[in-house]
Amino acid sequence: MINNDRNTDVFPFESESMITLPFLILFPAVVAILLLVVSSDFHRRLIVKAGAIVIGIASLYLLFVTPVAGPEFFPVAFESLSGLMFLAEMAIAAFLIYLGIRYKKYLAIFLVLAQAGLLMYYETTSVPGVHTVPNLFIDQFSLIMALIIGIIGSLICVYALGYMSTYHEHHPEVKDRRRTFFFLVFFFLSAMFGLVFSDYLPWVFFFWELTTLCSFLLIGYSGTGEAVNNAFLALNMNLLGGIAFAGALLYLVSINPGGQLLEISTLIQSGHAVALVPAVLIAFAGITKAALMPFSGWLVGAMVAPTPVSALLHSSTMVKAGVYIIVRFAPVLTGTMEGLIIALVGGFTFLLASAIAISQSNAKKVLAYSTIANLGLIVACAGVGTYKLVWAAILLIIFHAIAKSLLFLCVGTVEHRIGSKDIEDMTGLIVRMPKVAVMMFIGIAGMFLAPFGMLISKWAAIEAFIEAQFGLIFVAILAFGGSITVLFWSKWMGKIISVCPVAERVEDGIQREKWIVLALLTAMTVFICLAFPIVSSHLIEPFVLSVYGQTARLSQDNIMIMAMMLFLLMIMPFSLLLYRTGTKVVPPYMAGRPSTADLRFQGSMGIQRQVGLGNYYFSEVFGERKLFMAGTALCFGLILLVGTLTAGVAL
Amino acid sequence: MISVLNALLFIILAPCIGGLVAGIDRKLTARMQGRVGPPILQPFYDVGKLFRKEQIVVTPSQHFYILSYLVFIVVSGALFFAGGDLLLVIFAFTLAHIFLVLGAYSSYSPYSFIGAERELIQIIAYEPMIILAAVGMYLVTRSFYVGEIMGSSVPLILYLPGVFLGFLMVLTIKLRKSPFDLSTSHHAHQEIVKGVTTEFSGPMLGRVEIAHWYENVFLLGFIYLFFAWNPVIAILAIVIVYLIEILVDNTFSRATWQFTLKSSWIIAGMMGLVNLGVLYYLSAVVPV
Repeated sequence: MINNDRNTDVFPFESESMITLPFLILFPAVVAILLLVVSSDFHRRLIVKAGAIVIGIASLYLLFVTPVAGPEFFPVAFESLSGLMFLAEMAIAAFLIYLGIRYKKYLAIFLVLAQAGLLMYYETTSVPGVHTVPNLFIDQFSLIMALIIGIIGSLICVYALGYMSTYHEHHPEVKDRRRTFFFLVFFFLSAMFGLVFSDYLPWVFFFWELTTLCSFLLIGYSGTGEAVNNAFLALNMNLLGGIAFAGALLYLVSINPGGQLLEISTLIQSGHAVALVPAVLIAFAGITKAALMPFSGWLVGAMVAPTPVSALLHSSTMVKAGVYIIVRFAPVLTGTMEGLIIALVGGFTFLLASAIAISQSNAKKVLAYSTIANLGLIVACAGVGTYKLVWAAILLIIFHAIAKSLLFLCVGTVEHRIGSKDIEDMTGLIVRMPKVAVMMFIGIAGMFLAPFGMLISKWAAIEAFIEAQFGLIFVAILAFGGSITVLFWSKWMGKIISVCPVAERVEDGIQREKWIVLALLTAMTVFICLAFPIVSSHLIEPFVLSVYGQTARLSQDNIMIMAMMLFLLMIMPFSLLLYRTGTKVVPPYMAGRPSTADLRFQGSMGIQRQVGLGNYYFSEVFGERKLFMAGTALCFGLILLVGTLTAGVAL
Repeated sequence: MISVLNALLFIILAPCIGGLVAGIDRKLTARMQGRVGPPILQPFYDVGKLFRKEQIVVTPSQHFYILSYLVFIVVSGALFFAGGDLLLVIFAFTLAHIFLVLGAYSSYSPYSFIGAERELIQIIAYEPMIILAAVGMYLVTRSFYVGEIMGSSVPLILYLPGVFLGFLMVLTIKLRKSPFDLSTSHHAHQEIVKGVTTEFSGPMLGRVEIAHWYENVFLLGFIYLFFAWNPVIAILAIVIVYLIEILVDNTFSRATWQFTLKSSWIIAGMMGLVNLGVLYYLSAVVPV
């Protein structure tokens, strides 16, 4: 934010960010390769920590070298790069076909072949044309994404060190392939950086495919039948998106052989007539990657992977790539029928996925459905795509990344201590693991309560939807969906804070690096709520302003009131000091039955019984099967509709 | 835009008004049931007595949740009367109730546990309608600020009759009136003892009671907004609405949670959304 005097058409290598962008793309890949060769655990720890620190600092450094307004471009005059990428894509295709044959997954092979065919056709048609020099670029939105990937992503990598060693102690049947694991997670970060810094669509596509590959391999890490099946499910759905993306590339070369339109920055300014068809195709790819209904199955299935993988997929990589690209194309989608339908897919996903979360007792599945719901909301904002909604969508991306990674890592920590990730087994966590419970509590509060982040964004979204065309549908969806989220989060919260008299403390033996990561993420969850006016005014508003020419913000009064509420919330726990002495503690009311201090009571026939309390899950109302079927039918229909409309435009 | 004076007035006067309303409520209820009933000031005597009792708890953390409940109810009410953003008021209001629910959960008591779950069901039953009411007021006045909605000369009730009916429905839930007094009730007809408040006693229960007074005054203020263009009609409307609530309270038996959730969502959808849809359509067709 400091160099206002920057000239936008600087010569490559003169600018600091020109060095930082390729560094951020290449450095994690180098670390990844190092981790693939190093076999000793001691060295691996060293490399992962050092790598994470360097990536974190480099992404923070970007904060100081990114121009204050508008994008900055860096031509990469390295001609054989695109050819190399094509070769790499073909190699990946061959690798996937090999795996497909090995595991007898013929649908995957078919999809890989279809995509490779499209790519080869694209390569043969586009080579004779005159290419523009591909650009790397950075603007405030890329910067926000880079910060999320660089800071949250690398924190998760550090956490994974401790998690994976415990994981292999608990699961001796799973082959220890930690070298591949850490190779993949760092490679994933590298691909994500590439994706958010590329302006040239074929490059975006290349990195897009890399994220598909990494997630596929990570989901299948444990090698069990379920893991392999779910990995292929994820692969198939993402390949479907990849085919649409490749279709967008082909469409663009066919209408513009010169290739200027292959740049995002040119494309989004070229008007609905040319940009709408590729935007819809790419938005479809985004929908598959962001696991919206009907493609939500893969993200729920991805829960079989070790928890850090889930944290990575849900917060800083993969699904965020999907919403990133849709938000990028929001200016094209806004005001069109296609954009509205895509927004409806997002809106219904939000409503139904939130409702399904009520019926789930597996903590990771609740988190998965909540992610799907929030991604739906982001897509709903981006699809309608007015400037206020894009502002709200970016806020959602930031807040969601922080709180969700915290929650996943808390669940992972709890899982290793109590041997379960079921919410019912988390009764009295505040007694058994007080510190983790408090962190989890803050994480959950961050997801739905005022004055924390996600609520601010939902509020902003309501205010923005009212003014948008057909916005009332989305306001209604938010009013109902928002209150549904209150139910499933609070009953989880209630479970962990019940002071159960029979619980024992089991918090010892958690590695130090896990504590550091959890503490940092908790601090960030609170801090971002205090700092969000600054984040908004320095990062989000300049981006929205440069794209739309106007921008949204919350009013000063409301920001003040929310800051006051947050302070009030922070000082309230100290009220416990007032009540330290002088209150008599008694056991709960047991309807007058003879009962003991550890909550055993005299039941009928003189049998002593233990009190057990379980949450409501309402599976007959909010059952997964029923609602998922409804969501699939609804969203599939909407996608078919948008497909037909787009085909009409394209022909 | 924010009037600190009004907020202070609310903080001082609301418990007095809320307590009086509760006293009148009890008197009328007694007369409807053919009893003489307690004196009008009885609620104040009751709360005074609660504060003189010994404090016993199941877990000390209950103190934190209940104090937070009271504080955030006061904050949301004060923000409302100060003229703040209606949506923020609603969110602060939800936050306060989550604290009440958490206080009930924290005791690990069978009765308050079920009460807490039911209170959550009530929250999701009424919240959509309250948000839709705020949205309706925005559609008419183009502002979410209570101050500007109050200052508007438009008779909101004429534009928002459906929203108002939907709001009356959830008001029954919020005032803890039968048939929707699922989580805790003023009546003796409950199967879960005192539900969400089972494990609160002495001064702590006194705080819950005072919070409820603040809450009721805030809700009556919300009714006022629909009639804000004419204070006399507004006061009259509040009185009539409250009388109807008492009558309903005494004539219906308690509903199940399924019925509560379904009926309040259907009413919110039928009355609220249809009303808003018409307004939305009209504002698109006929520019104001």
